[in-house]
Amino acid sequence: MSLLEIDTLAVQYHTLHGAVQAVRGVTLSIERGRAVGLVGESGCGKTTLARALIGVLPRNAAIAGGRVRFDGADLLQLSGDALNDYRWRRIAMIPQAAMDSLDPVYRVGDQLVETMRLRGGLTSPQARERAERLFALVGLAPGRLRLYPHELSGGMKQRVVIAMALALEPQLVIADEPVTALDVIVQHQVLRTLRELQETLQLSLLLITHDISVVADLCDDVVVMYAGRIVEAGSVREVFAAPHHPYTMGLRNAFPSLRARSARLVPIEGYPPDLASPPAGCAFAPRCPFAIERCWHDDPALLPTTGGRLAACHRAAEADALRTQAPQAFARLEATGPQSVRSGAPPAGGTL
Amino acid sequence: MSSSERAAALPQWTRATSTWRDALLVTWAVARRDRFALAGLVIYGVLLVVALAAPVVAPYNPQDLNYRPDGEVAADEVPSLPHWLGTTNLGRDIFSQVLFGARAALVVGFVAAFGVVVLGTLVGLFAGYYSGWVDTLLMRLADVAFGIPFLPMAIVLVAFLGPSIWNTVLVMILLLWRDTGRVIRAQVLSLRTRSYVEAARVLGASHLRTMFVHIAPNVLPLSFLYGSLAVGWAILTEATISFLGFGDPNVISWGFMLQDAYNSQAMARHAFYWFVPPGLCIMLAVMAGFFIGRGYEELLFPRLRRR
Amino acid sequence: MNHLLEVTDLRKEYPLQSGLLGAVMGSRRVVHAVNGVSFVLDEGGSLGLAGESGCGKTTTAKLILKLLHPTAGSIRFAGRDVAGLDGSDLLSYRRQAQFIFQNPYEALNPRFTILRSLLEPLIIHEIGRSIAERVERVAGALDRVHLNPPETFFLKYPHQLSGGQLQRVVIARALLVDPVLLVADEPVSMLDVSIRAGVLNLMRDLSRERKLTTLYISHDLALIRYMCSVTAVMYLGTICEIGPTEEVIEHPRHPYTQALVSAVPDPDPTRPRRPVEIADTVPTPFQLPAGCPFADRCPQVMEVCRHLRPLLLPVDGGVRVACHLYPGSTPRAAEGDGAKLEPN
Ligand SMILES: Nc1ncnc2c1ncn2[C@@H]1O[C@H](COP(=O)(O)OP(=O)(O)OP(=O)(O)O)[C@@H](O)[C@H]1O
Ligand SMILES: Nc1ncnc2c1ncn2[C@@H]1O[C@H](COP(=O)(O)OP(=O)(O)O)[C@@H](O)[C@H]1O
Ligand code: SF4
Ligand code: SF4
Ligand SMILES: [Mg+2]
Ligand SMILES: [Mg+2]
Repeated sequence: MSLLEIDTLAVQYHTLHGAVQAVRGVTLSIERGRAVGLVGESGCGKTTLARALIGVLPRNAAIAGGRVRFDGADLLQLSGDALNDYRWRRIAMIPQAAMDSLDPVYRVGDQLVETMRLRGGLTSPQARERAERLFALVGLAPGRLRLYPHELSGGMKQRVVIAMALALEPQLVIADEPVTALDVIVQHQVLRTLRELQETLQLSLLLITHDISVVADLCDDVVVMYAGRIVEAGSVREVFAAPHHPYTMGLRNAFPSLRARSARLVPIEGYPPDLASPPAGCAFAPRCPFAIERCWHDDPALLPTTGGRLAACHRAAEADALRTQAPQAFARLEATGPQSVRSGAPPAGGTL
Repeated sequence: MSSSERAAALPQWTRATSTWRDALLVTWAVARRDRFALAGLVIYGVLLVVALAAPVVAPYNPQDLNYRPDGEVAADEVPSLPHWLGTTNLGRDIFSQVLFGARAALVVGFVAAFGVVVLGTLVGLFAGYYSGWVDTLLMRLADVAFGIPFLPMAIVLVAFLGPSIWNTVLVMILLLWRDTGRVIRAQVLSLRTRSYVEAARVLGASHLRTMFVHIAPNVLPLSFLYGSLAVGWAILTEATISFLGFGDPNVISWGFMLQDAYNSQAMARHAFYWFVPPGLCIMLAVMAGFFIGRGYEELLFPRLRRR
Repeated sequence: MNHLLEVTDLRKEYPLQSGLLGAVMGSRRVVHAVNGVSFVLDEGGSLGLAGESGCGKTTTAKLILKLLHPTAGSIRFAGRDVAGLDGSDLLSYRRQAQFIFQNPYEALNPRFTILRSLLEPLIIHEIGRSIAERVERVAGALDRVHLNPPETFFLKYPHQLSGGQLQRVVIARALLVDPVLLVADEPVSMLDVSIRAGVLNLMRDLSRERKLTTLYISHDLALIRYMCSVTAVMYLGTICEIGPTEEVIEHPRHPYTQALVSAVPDPDPTRPRRPVEIADTVPTPFQLPAGCPFADRCPQVMEVCRHLRPLLLPVDGGVRVACHLYPGSTPRAAEGDGAKLEPN
């Protein structure tokens, strides 16, 4: 049995302009000891999904359906102490921009100790001793425990935040854009530390990022999210070698590689739908060069394709053929604009 | 769209490009969202109509003495059909005075607020944009203005310049620009580093153009906020100055009426009809200014609303 | 060939807001944001400026565009010193050199419609005789950046457009004055990966079509490889390696470039990588080391690196490197040629 099993989870935000369906039926599982990368464009619901898993959604958000099972327990049915036993202790989260939320007036060591006392019920001496071990683990000298956040570089702060997440020896760590604000070199080192810890501690890791290179570099499995849904999932090697979903195919041609001389890049024209009124059919249809009549009104389900992989596309069976056409097909869209424009829909889409 | 079609649509596009129209739209948006602000606008609207129509609708000249049919001066009359709010101790019609008081309030409030907004915004723009010695000089001036106790200084200045309504307005402008100036300066300091301001420079806009075309429209709503607050302040201050007897003796204002009533022991005689109406009017006018200011504030700093 | 842009020993210091102690001690600390940058950019060429955040890329760009005044050094554009420009000369420089901003969400006046924003350069430079003609030009510019049909964008406000559309509007605005030099500071870093390529392709096509000279700033070497023929790598306010892009990325010579190249993640999980170990302590540009700026983190640091600053001198392959590992770049201080020693 998988450590984490999410089944058609839906999360909505209630806003002045109606309900925003940030997560629209996500199904996903994470095996023990695996590093899973969750990629997707800004606003596709990655952070919302992560926060729903750990039960720290903002006040205007509500879980609109689905189930989350962690190690056999139904997380969404838990509350109070029972939930807290899972949250932070067995599932830890490194929130987006966490390193900026370190309190500037306390020493980082004290903040770490405080976290362990509050969330883990450790005594002060126990917590202090563990703090030193944690610092060593994430590659920080114990002396740094006495420093204030502003005395640390971004990479070191991120290491402190990782230490905090590991403090209560969780089984699953969710890291939301853990290196986005960091420089390439520092980013590389922090990610490597994270990966090494994941391997030595036998953790499961859910790494959220918009950068598929990071996932390619670090993870065993990849999950591609689009407009509140999972559109493709599988092992990193297989998905990147031969994507089954047109969105993933598009992503592969959309940005350059440093190590290979890129042919002309091909963008995915257009933008994701407004999640306040998601379309009836496939959410990717307006940007998809392979959309057929059916795609516009029939939303594809996430189904197994070949080799134990998953994809949500009506034409997944033709994936191999589509893949060879993908660069030219997306390039044609670049020249003519996305389909919603061609079919006369307002191009600016009203909102963003 | 062909170029001839575009030429036809031109007026529509250029009209929509006026930044001043934009600022007015913001005012309307404030009123539409906020019931208090709408109430404030309505009060000002009524005030304006009353002030404009005063000579027509007022039953008497507010300065004229009125006589009873028997030829006696109609002094200290209680409200009656000919004199809705009674008469003063000298026989002047109180209702007509209240109506004419709206003129003074409006002139003082709006001229002073306009002056405050213009002066404060200019100071803020120059200080914030140029920084350096311009900033230092202007902000030291603001510090000085802040150090001055407002009401005593206003009285001293009016007494010195002579008791005229225009002097009162001038004094208020000179003393009230400081708040607007400081706030606008802070705003300009943060706007100055925005990319679009730098973009204007890169495109070759002169300093003045950058300041007035690119920065000013973005601080105008803030200026209006301080302007609407200044309206209330100015009306209140004018009333205070007049009440203390430093006002323009030739202009009927609500403050002047209160002073008149106070001097003739209207309070002791429980002549509510004399001092309550002008007092109420002052209160309403001041409140209207603050209501509109509040609406602006919520629009500009929406975080306040959530608390 | 003509040098369109010639930057020589450019320096920019920002005063550091020192605390009370500093004020009492009278110490005047400064940030050396740009610390002796020199390069030339030929007409029609494309130079990529790479480096970590805070290494002085944006400052260099703003100095070139005369948004900041240099502390020292010179910038020559088409043979004329930019520092001395004013009046109509400055206006004409402003017409020739344009800037694409990093944050498209901030680069357009929020109270201006798109049409109004795009009319601004035409008004300033008095391009076009009538308002109708100017509107025609604006429509043409929007069309060129693939915002179609142009009229639908005229009355939109910036907050109504997506990041990719905004960046296209910013590019259109720059093109309206027919510039010769285009400086782009991280033009796609705020955009989503799926639409980055569109903006990059647009910039590439437009600069080829119009023979624009481009200075492209990015922390992302992969993007620079895609966009530029020459690459300069910056570290702590100086250029540590500059040369043909393929050379710099395929055979990095400077230890910092080597570390940078090896740290970039690759979208292909099967491609092997050999990471270079360097410390992740990011230096602060207000206490510059006396010798090589990279000495604290350099895995190959030598004794000489600590006190002698290497000069940017040519090695093979058309590349110039500032590192003592390459004999060419060691100043001949020992031979008594003190004049070549760079001051710090
Ligand atoms: N508190 C909120 N109230 C209303 N809508 C929200 C709220 N937070 C997020 N949303 C909306 O929900 C959707 C998903 O947001 P989310 O933060 O999960 O995206 P994300 O994938 O993490 O994006 P990013 O890569 O930018 O972090 C977006 O459309 C967003 O605008
Ligand atoms: N206005 C400023 N005042 C003081 N320091 C600044 C200012 N702008 C930039 N700096 C500092 O100068 C250095 C270089 O900055 P910048 O040119 O923005 O780097 P980059 O664009 O390469 O990230 C950094 O240390 C930065 O903190
Ligand atoms: S379902 Fe249709 S529109 Fe959606 S990705 Fe597949 S082919 Fe494209
Ligand atoms: S000069 Fe020395 S310290 Fe600097 S990069 Fe070269 S070897 Fe390293
Ligand atoms: Mg997020
Ligand atoms: Mg920068």
